[in-house]
Amino acid sequence: MEILIACLAVLAIALTAGALLLVFSHFFAVRKNPLAAAVRECLPGINCGACGYRGCDDYAEALAEGGVKPSLCIPGAQKAADAISTILGTEKVEVEDVVAFVACNGHCEATAQIAQYAGVQTCRAASMLFGGPNACRFGCLGLGDCAAACPSHAIDMADGIAHVNTALCLGCGLCSRTCPKQIITMLPQEAATAVMCSSKQKGAEARKACRNACIGCKKCEKVCPNGAIAVTDNLAVIDYTKCTHCGLCADACPTGCLKKVFFPDIPEDCDCKELIK
Amino acid sequence: MENVKLLMVILLSAVFVDNYVLCRFLGICPFLGVSKKLDQASGMGVAVTVVMLLATALTWPIQHFVLDTLNLGYLQNIIFILVIATLVQMLEMLLKKLSPALYRGLGVYLPLITTNCAVLGVTINNIIDGYSFVESLASTLGCGLGFLLAMVLFSGLRSRINESKIPAPFRGLAVTLIAASFISLAFMGFGGIVENLFA
Repeated sequence: MEILIACLAVLAIALTAGALLLVFSHFFAVRKNPLAAAVRECLPGINCGACGYRGCDDYAEALAEGGVKPSLCIPGAQKAADAISTILGTEKVEVEDVVAFVACNGHCEATAQIAQYAGVQTCRAASMLFGGPNACRFGCLGLGDCAAACPSHAIDMADGIAHVNTALCLGCGLCSRTCPKQIITMLPQEAATAVMCSSKQKGAEARKACRNACIGCKKCEKVCPNGAIAVTDNLAVIDYTKCTHCGLCADACPTGCLKKVFFPDIPEDCDCKELIK
Repeated sequence: MENVKLLMVILLSAVFVDNYVLCRFLGICPFLGVSKKLDQASGMGVAVTVVMLLATALTWPIQHFVLDTLNLGYLQNIIFILVIATLVQMLEMLLKKLSPALYRGLGVYLPLITTNCAVLGVTINNIIDGYSFVESLASTLGCGLGFLLAMVLFSGLRSRINESKIPAPFRGLAVTLIAASFISLAFMGFGGIVENLFA
């Protein structure tokens, strides 16, 4: 009987509170843009931040207010962009498919460690201690901060460097923002060649530190018919807006740091998209 | 006259002597979390004061007319938390409607007033101290004002800390905590003053 009274008392108070809240929410409801909710439905909702907003909700609100491109959601890709522009009644915009690319090929056979690091096993911590234990100050530390940040488990650590499984990569860029060495770049999916090195040391020193380093010899720069490659700070940089994917640079590269790459499209029915939900 | 004097003693001792943040160490989370800027700190202080007052106004009758008569004193914590949570929800809706800027500034700390131990502490302490309804409100107002005072003082201090050169190991939370301890020490000096003010 006492339990019953206690339950009833709590229930009565809770119901009164609930009713009060209901009345309040009715009178003080903030009118939301109804478009925002509709737009939000088109976004994947993984809050990756690739669009530059704090999350899918924020991006949806910005879209509903107008003046923002609907093509910024990279995991949502063309499908989301099309759906959003249909809702907003704007023109369709093409989404540039990008893929994460680790610009370092300093695996354990090509380079060495000059110190033993026994601290906290994250790249961030290691890089704070004299730039990490690697012979090359610019290269991948291989402790997997990017792999931990990746929402689709597309990054594996092997032979001391990170490898991106491009079939799983959503292109959100979280890894790129996490990497303390800033060696992960977002490449357009149609890229055919890429520089697999981030070392800005002079040729001889870079080569001494790592067998696969870019030595800044400018052979690629000379062989490129479109002037798409420029060696700046002892490192070849490809301008993908000019690149025609001929692959001549990769053939000319003496150290093999400028490689041919192939990024397949993410299949529509890829189970990685299911995993994220 | 006697009554007014008693209320003043309760109010002032709640502000200075038994300051909830600096002497009883309740409600430290928003004290450290939203004391970076003066406007946010004072906004938080006012919000907490309002919640405290409303909570006391509701929990005191509930305790005396519902819980005590039904012999359900052991439900005090649950019921009080329920009431406070409801109030905070209402306040959140109000702020969202009336002052979106403050709503964004307070961020996660606004719903966290729900679990702010200072609010629950005030309501429960009023019951424990055996205050009447009016005395409870006076002590609550004092606690709220004390919280506001602590927030405003501390935000001023933090803006000065921000502009001064601090040795690397102390930067960030470390120096904030040390500063908080100094303010707390200073407030300990109020002990025994208020009772003699009206003697």
